[in-house]
Amino acid sequence: MTSTTFQTHALPAEWRDFLALTKPRVMSLVVFTGLCGLLVAPTHLHPVLGFTAILCIALGAGAAAALNQWYEADIDAKMTRTASRPLPAGRMAREAALQFGVGLGTFSVLLMGVATNWFAAAVLGASILFYVFVYTIWLKRRTPHNIVIGGAAGAFPPLIGWAAATGAADTLPLLLFALIFLWTPPHFWALSLFVRSDYAKAGVPMLPVVAGLRTTRIQILLYALPMAAAAVAPWPLGLAGAIYGTAAAALSLVFLALAAHVLANRATEPAAMAPEKRLFAFSILYLFAIFGALVVDRWLLP
Amino acid sequence: MTLPDQDEIRRRQKGRALVMALLLGAFAILVYAITIVRMGGR
Repeated sequence: MTSTTFQTHALPAEWRDFLALTKPRVMSLVVFTGLCGLLVAPTHLHPVLGFTAILCIALGAGAAAALNQWYEADIDAKMTRTASRPLPAGRMAREAALQFGVGLGTFSVLLMGVATNWFAAAVLGASILFYVFVYTIWLKRRTPHNIVIGGAAGAFPPLIGWAAATGAADTLPLLLFALIFLWTPPHFWALSLFVRSDYAKAGVPMLPVVAGLRTTRIQILLYALPMAAAAVAPWPLGLAGAIYGTAAAALSLVFLALAAHVLANRATEPAAMAPEKRLFAFSILYLFAIFGALVVDRWLLP
Repeated sequence: MTLPDQDEIRRRQKGRALVMALLLGAFAILVYAITIVRMGGR
């Protein structure tokens, strides 16, 4: 038995480790897009129920992250970026992470159903199961398209927020789903370009590892085009006003320009991948700004 | 198991118990608020 294993079984994990298991930083984007989905819905939801719905989205995302880390502890241990997480660092037993993830996920779905409606709860439950079974267990280790299909899991929050308020799905939340779904590949591929050695070391078949840097850079731009179309679409369709349309068009143009810079870059070493790092950083701001613009548009132009 | 290990276990258990108590308290308040809101809607 190694000293790490002994430590894992001898000491109970700290509460901070359980918090870290939920990936709070990733959760912020999930919570924000879920909140925006709720705020732009045409039905009024009582603030207490709205708060509970967002809390459930956050808890569901945390549960999915915990189950992801439970399953991927071996991969995380091999990557510099993830080696200090509670499981690979030996600060928590794997069973504890599994029990925490299943318990938190079940709790979030039940609370959502009781507080808002069971359609929103079903979509929340489906998003957790999709992330764990389809992305983490099925796709991630098998195909370079892992992030393309698996990205759908992260696209659910605005749909869940909308469903919590209205009890149904509609064209606008489905377009927002499509936007995040199409945004995910360029976002993660930009990251995977400059941390590809990590993925290669862990045996994860990310696109730059399997298909090379050039193909990945082309794919980033190819996905950014329909992503931009999905971002702007609510405006011509009459689902959002000019404030949103202008913001979405401007932000998407910047995204496309940065993606073109990535395509023009021939660097193979992470140190020379400034355009990739810029695109990755901007992609996070992009999603925050687009959803923020939609809420401003809805609330300023009723 | 040495004595410092026992102290560390106690410290961690105490921290987890405290956080759990706070979360349960917050949950009770939340359930109360949800109940009031949903009863008011009927």
